[in-house]
Amino acid sequence: MTKVSMTVNGRAVSGDVEDRTLLVSFLRETLGLTGTHVGCDTTQCGACVVHMDGKPVKACTVLTGQAEGAEITTIEGLAKGDELHPMQAAFREHHGLQCGFCTPGMIMMGVDIVRRHGASLDEKTIRHELEGNICRCTGYHNIVKAIQAVAEGSEVAEAAE
Amino acid sequence: MYATTYHKASSLDDAVAKLGGAEDGKFLSGGQTLLATMKQRLAAPTDLVDLTKIPELKGITLDGDTVTVGAASTHYEVHSSDAVKSAIPALAALAGLIGDPAVRNMGTMGGSVANNDPAADYPAALVGLNATVHTNKRALSADDFFTGMFETALEEDEVIVKISFPAPEKAGYEKFRNPASRYAMCGVMAVKLKDGSVRVAVTGAGSDGVFRVPEMEQALAANWSPDAVASITVSPDDMIGDLHGSPEYRAHLVTVMAKRAVAAAG
Ligand SMILES: Cc1cc2nc3c(=O)[nH]c(=O)nc-3n(C[C@H](O)[C@H](O)[C@H](O)COP(=O)(O)OP(=O)(O)OC[C@H]3O[C@@H](n4cnc5c(N)ncnc54)[C@H](O)[C@@H]3O)c2cc1C
Ligand code: FES
Ligand code: FES
Repeated sequence: MTKVSMTVNGRAVSGDVEDRTLLVSFLRETLGLTGTHVGCDTTQCGACVVHMDGKPVKACTVLTGQAEGAEITTIEGLAKGDELHPMQAAFREHHGLQCGFCTPGMIMMGVDIVRRHGASLDEKTIRHELEGNICRCTGYHNIVKAIQAVAEGSEVAEAAE
Repeated sequence: MYATTYHKASSLDDAVAKLGGAEDGKFLSGGQTLLATMKQRLAAPTDLVDLTKIPELKGITLDGDTVTVGAASTHYEVHSSDAVKSAIPALAALAGLIGDPAVRNMGTMGGSVANNDPAADYPAALVGLNATVHTNKRALSADDFFTGMFETALEEDEVIVKISFPAPEKAGYEKFRNPASRYAMCGVMAVKLKDGSVRVAVTGAGSDGVFRVPEMEQALAANWSPDAVASITVSPDDMIGDLHGSPEYRAHLVTVMAKRAVAAAG
């Protein structure tokens, strides 16, 4: 067992884990943050995407030790109290989910896609950047729409500044 | 995954010492190949020595006509590096075609090069651009470094520190992606170096991993145009055949991708 410490959703956390513990298990089992899902466990589906030091990673393929000292944000860390994050609100508004299993990973990836591309984001880019996130229900169409809506909203926000 | 002990190396010497002290240790970089293999229990190292905090393995620089990439640079860092984008735009574009955005934030050039997957992208970039692999022991040309499918000249305790690339006169990379895995079914890097020499390197297709196509290189040296390679074919005998494509299909892709790579290089 090794003691690991990191910041998760703004809170300093630590735990004693076996070295082989994956970040996703640490989040779900040690911290009880079960919003991050495990779909495939083979780095394919993206249900486990969290942000590590501001960048999306597949938490099923990161050892807890690799995340030592890092700032982690999970789906639970996006909303401000009762106020949904704009990406969460857009997924609700545009019906970007059905069963909801892929949704935490989709939203975490969507936030990063908008952060990197801003208002210039087009549909083709969104579809390309979602290659590592698999949804078995929606056919992606409304997921893409939700992400695009947030990108366009960021344009409105920038113009208003 | 079987039990393992995780170590962070603080320096090159520390990495070698920690590996030496382990019963059956392995270096760890981004883990996007090794951890996946361990989860499937296809590998079970007793110890993992994380190289990514070693200062010499970090950073990307442009010095005159040479781009040097620290082995622990992520695919995303290579893709978004101003040095790479200005000196070798084809390399920046290639890095952006590896896997997906989350994989690119963890996976590193050193890990990919050390692994030498026959369908990986960087081997074609290193061979095509005539890169040099710098380890803690020596410097090797890309031609000498890659020795066959999943095989390299690396010794057990040898660490890739950085990879240096000469800025080419022109270079283009075209990849036919397997739509499920995103690995290359066939990827071709076509390069004209500043000394006038031409190199064509193919990944994804060859059963011995990355290879060059001398006939195409000669044809392009005489006439740099997609037409010059249009009628040059490779033998299916040396190509990979699997459920994704037959050897004949891959041999055909080599010519198609080579034409596109030359066109992309301009
Ligand atoms: C879903 C998915 C899609 C992918 N798609 C592609 C793709 O399209 N194209 C592609 O090229 N790759 C692809 N990959 C592989 C990816 O690029 C990996 O990041 C890369 O192959 C390994 O890099 P790593 O840093 O993760 O290495 P690790 O997994 O940490 O290590 C790999 C091997 O290299 C050794 N090693 C690592 N660093 C060094 C070093 N500095 N010196 C000596 N030995 C070292 C390790 O001991 C290990 O044996 C994909 C991976 C996934 C999960
Ligand atoms: S659970 Fe991590 S990518 Fe599917
Ligand atoms: S909503 Fe069911 S998997 Fe995406």
